[in-house]
Amino acid sequence: MTLITHYGYCDGSGEYYIVIDSDKCNGCNKCVLACPQKALQLEIEFIDLEEKTVAAVVELHRKKIKYTCASCKPENNNTPCALACESKAITSVWIPR
Amino acid sequence: MSKANPEFWRWQEYHRIMPNKKWSKNDVITAGVDVGSVGSKAAIMVNGEAYSWGITRTGSNSPESAKKALDYALEDTGLRVTDLKYIVGTGYGRVNVPMANKAITEIACHAKGANYIWGPSVRTVLDVGGQDIKAIRIDETGRVVSFLMNDKCAAGTGRGMEVFADLLKIPIEEIGEISLKVEQEPEPVSCTCVAFAKTEAMGLLRKGWSKEKVLAAYTRAMAVRMANLIKRVGLEKELVVTGGQSKNIGIVSRIEVILGVKTLPMPRWREDGLDPMVAGALGAASLGKLLYDKAQKG
Amino acid sequence: MITVGMDLGTQRVQVVIVKDGEVVARATVFSGFDPTKAAEQAVDEALKQANLKLSDINHFSSTGSAVDMAPYANSKVSMMGADAKAAVYLVPKARTIIDVGAEEARAVKCDEKGVMMDFVVNERCAAGAGAFIEAMARALEVKTEDMGPLALKAERASPINASCVIFGESDVVSLIHRQESKPEIARAVYDAMADRVSSMIHRLGINPEVVLVGGVAKDPGFVASLNRKLGLSVTIPEFPEYIGALGAALVAATRAKETSK
Repeated sequence: MTLITHYGYCDGSGEYYIVIDSDKCNGCNKCVLACPQKALQLEIEFIDLEEKTVAAVVELHRKKIKYTCASCKPENNNTPCALACESKAITSVWIPR
Repeated sequence: MSKANPEFWRWQEYHRIMPNKKWSKNDVITAGVDVGSVGSKAAIMVNGEAYSWGITRTGSNSPESAKKALDYALEDTGLRVTDLKYIVGTGYGRVNVPMANKAITEIACHAKGANYIWGPSVRTVLDVGGQDIKAIRIDETGRVVSFLMNDKCAAGTGRGMEVFADLLKIPIEEIGEISLKVEQEPEPVSCTCVAFAKTEAMGLLRKGWSKEKVLAAYTRAMAVRMANLIKRVGLEKELVVTGGQSKNIGIVSRIEVILGVKTLPMPRWREDGLDPMVAGALGAASLGKLLYDKAQKG
Repeated sequence: MITVGMDLGTQRVQVVIVKDGEVVARATVFSGFDPTKAAEQAVDEALKQANLKLSDINHFSSTGSAVDMAPYANSKVSMMGADAKAAVYLVPKARTIIDVGAEEARAVKCDEKGVMMDFVVNERCAAGAGAFIEAMARALEVKTEDMGPLALKAERASPINASCVIFGESDVVSLIHRQESKPEIARAVYDAMADRVSSMIHRLGINPEVVLVGGVAKDPGFVASLNRKLGLSVTIPEFPEYIGALGAALVAATRAKETSK
């Protein structure tokens, strides 16, 4: 089972998402600590009629993810958050036009 | 800005009780309240089946809008709020529905509602609202598998289309039809960005392009964008388009062509069918029933 | 050695003439609907300023978003390359250049010779460029040149939707109806731009000196927000809007020498 959330956006300049699978995420908090921009946090989400603590992108960064994550170079697919994740629940989509 | 013109997706406030449906004291009666940025909707379910709903305009105060919508859904039913065994609140942002037992994200509620309205065959939902676009992949039970929510960029949203309707001085409810009045489909405009596309369109008009052709080129670009959003979550048949732009035949037909799938038709809600606009509220009420049952099992 | 650099932007064309390493003329004309014609006019004006004829010129180089529409051009220069060359010419210690144009924002990293080493571009989204400031000025019902001084009056920035020009415009209109403070809205616009530019530079790594060029360099509101965000004072050269044309003219000189060998 997957429950994939794409945090970010697609606009004229390209597609930029931090992608988190809430089913895989175990709430270990390592990605939150690894992020140099403090753009991640743990949130309580309602999944399958239960409450689960999972990682999410902080609200204020979602509409400017391209800028927030730029210095970690997500196009290379080895961002600190993804590398820190125990369950490989975080990936990124980074496709500038 | 077309503040004077009525918005295309400006719907009437209304409430409805499903014909031939009744409730009794022993039934599990649940409600869902969905407070959106423009409209507030509430739906009542009896044992998980749609019974009544109401749609009102969202005011400046969320809790009041929630109450107003719920009261509207209850009107003429003989039910009172106290008869509701479980109320789920949802909507734009972590909205405040004070009478709710639980708040659930609008994505989860919308997904469940789409499943209720169209049945287990629907797997991909594109919801195009006035100020945001959501693409949702679901399973046969209406559980979310993958989704994205775009409220960063106006391209494709109702607001973005309004800008073009204003520019070309075409009534917003006609932009779909008019965009199809071209002999040959032109290349899409090169800018997805509404602000830049506007400048590009003005250049095309100066070059002698007709309004229809410019609109076709722009609508095509918007459809390509929406198809990309759908592909991002993964397209799986069946596909439905909901929200204001679902009525824009120029957008829907182009999305169908680009993706090579036909969208499921809208239910005939005017003739007592289910109204897709209350998908979120219906989904919320449905989840309310599941939560109530779960709590009873203890 | 006399060279001409032409920068064909979406709004204006700039032309600079460089003679033996010195700037001898600068001219600018609105692009209008015919950038080629505008460029010819600008070249004409510049030649008159410097008392020169077309035939005196050794090499023409063009740059800018409408680079392919340039008349007389012997070669093209990328906007990033032109920025880097001109910035180091004017500010020898320049190593990071920020250029916010009407349609595109760029951050360029260069070495001491003005050779571009890395760059970040924001394009195809109006919110990422000068168009954002102009659109918000319209929504605030002020002239673009008055936005800066307006923003400087504010102590804080009001929260606005800064991710999109279209959403931002609607936002600002409703904020004004609610009588929110115009200076605070103006400051929010610049803070949002500065935030974006700052992220772009961090991706390159901040290497002083940081030079700000382009039309927006003359906007005190943007400069204030940017300095605040970066925690340093950016350097603004003279005639910042001519950077592209100057860079093209300087590169033209190098190319003319190579072809004459």
